[in-house]
Amino acid sequence: MEWFRKNKERLVRQEKKTIPDGIWTKCTSCGEIVYGRELERLLWVCPACHYHFQIRYNQYIALLLDDGKLDEFDASLSSVDPLHFEDRISYPERISKTQQKTGINDAIICGIGRIDGRTISFGVMDFSFIGGSMGSVVGEKVARAIERSLDRRIPLVLISCSGGARMQEGIYSLMQMAKTCVLLAELREAKIPYISVLTNPTTGGVTASFASLGDVIVAEPQALVGFAGPRVIRQTIRQELPEGFQSSEFIRDHGFLDIIAPRAELRKTLSLLLEYMCGPQAGIHQSLKEGPAT
Amino acid sequence: MNTGLYIDFEKPVIELEKRIDEMRELATDENLELGREIRLLEHKLKKLREETFSRLTRWQRIQLARHPLRPYAAEYIELMTTDYIALHGDRAFADDRALIGGFAKLDELPVMVIGQQKGRTTKEKLAHNFGMCHPEGYRKALRLMRLAARFGRPILILIDTPGAFPGIGAEERGQAEAIARNIRDMAQLETPIVVVVIGEGASGGALGVGIGDRVLMLENSWYSVIGPEACAAILWKDHPNPVEKAPDAAEALRPTAQDVKEFGIIDDVLAEPLGGAHRDPETQALTIKKAVLARFQELSALPVVELIRQRHEKYRKMGKFSE
Repeated sequence: MEWFRKNKERLVRQEKKTIPDGIWTKCTSCGEIVYGRELERLLWVCPACHYHFQIRYNQYIALLLDDGKLDEFDASLSSVDPLHFEDRISYPERISKTQQKTGINDAIICGIGRIDGRTISFGVMDFSFIGGSMGSVVGEKVARAIERSLDRRIPLVLISCSGGARMQEGIYSLMQMAKTCVLLAELREAKIPYISVLTNPTTGGVTASFASLGDVIVAEPQALVGFAGPRVIRQTIRQELPEGFQSSEFIRDHGFLDIIAPRAELRKTLSLLLEYMCGPQAGIHQSLKEGPAT
Repeated sequence: MNTGLYIDFEKPVIELEKRIDEMRELATDENLELGREIRLLEHKLKKLREETFSRLTRWQRIQLARHPLRPYAAEYIELMTTDYIALHGDRAFADDRALIGGFAKLDELPVMVIGQQKGRTTKEKLAHNFGMCHPEGYRKALRLMRLAARFGRPILILIDTPGAFPGIGAEERGQAEAIARNIRDMAQLETPIVVVVIGEGASGGALGVGIGDRVLMLENSWYSVIGPEACAAILWKDHPNPVEKAPDAAEALRPTAQDVKEFGIIDDVLAEPLGGAHRDPETQALTIKKAVLARFQELSALPVVELIRQRHEKYRKMGKFSE
């Protein structure tokens, strides 16, 4: 009866894959099977349904910045455990495991880069680091990215991807919303442009702080964007949510988003927006007086 | 205090109080025996009160913050201020009654007072949406605050919310944007702001009206990134009834006034009458009024530029990390 017994060792628990690798990948939205190389060429967008797969920070850097290069700052910032928070594993253990798994110190990478030759302060969140949650490190790195914009008078571009605040840091993580928004008030006064890019998903404390305060807000198609998560809303109101609720398209139609840019057009969109918001501010009178270039 | 509304751990105290009250009714000048027994019981009551209320667990404090008799913002406004004149509406969509506010006088000082209001009876609870604001509530608050700043009136904010409302309309009208904008714009208001957490300070729902030059909390209030029940639902998601684990989540989150003060996030903890604010709302209102007036006085000495600089610096420094 040996043949009848299941070989249990073969039953290895599969990590849920959000980032496609391997040869063939099944679209999480429509089920289409796509060849890996092809998917990479399409910037991880499903050719059948245009679902945008979640991609990592380095892929956005490669996609958006000149020469795919970011001069990274504040890479050494790392979480501490101010609450001595224990859940299934201790918070420091969760952090160090996640750092090993993801190769990054926390859920955002920040630095200086260029888009079409224009120097910007840039930050990109990574969902694979505890759901892109915002604790003190994310808050501090965003704050410093804003300060680099202020100090050098360069525009700010932040790519958000987050489930919200990091519960394990308690009230400290809530106050990162305050810290980032207070600095954005200074950036706004200094008339330095800030473009916020929302990717799938952007919810909770990140949406209720810096992600919603861009001078212009851009999102990838069909991203989940909202304050409360759909599960919480369903539990509270005890009714089904409308089709497409909290999608990029939904929030654009309700007036909280400027542009939905497919991934392939994101770089071009950002570049053009920066051109409109930066550049010499001669004022309308002067540009009219000089007339169009002939 | 015989209303039948109490929480479990208060029960022995309430019952003893009731017994003493009953005996007092029977007691006459001639009945010395009864008089002596009352004095004995009063002594016992004093000890029992101290035992019950002097070393409260985090969960017990959260229960007191949610006590069915706890004074709400409207009662404090009534008790603390004179000539209150309520203002309404966000000038865009609606008047959110989860957030009340208007001009009032604290002693002689004209201020703008804003509070999250829960409501006592079922009807009131529904009218005030249990103190859960919609975006129009945050926008109404910002409108009133700007009004105050324009006419040089300091702002007092009373926080008491189980959270910003998670619903379809709230999302459609930009709950996240409303909160984010409030935080940003409160940072720039050219007038002193004092915030007092009087009950529950749940997450973004509280922070959306929570930026201040001084932030105070009542002794039995809480302020956290997530409520204990929601936290328990995440941490014990395999548990058949995770709500039972809320007391454990409360321990993990460290959300009490004492915790948050120790973290350096708030400026001061205001004492409550023994057993909680509901046992003596008048005294509590006086404590708040005195504390708030002292903070306004302190802040009024600062030039506006310095006031705002210090406000920014206060929030810039928040966070713990290694480098």
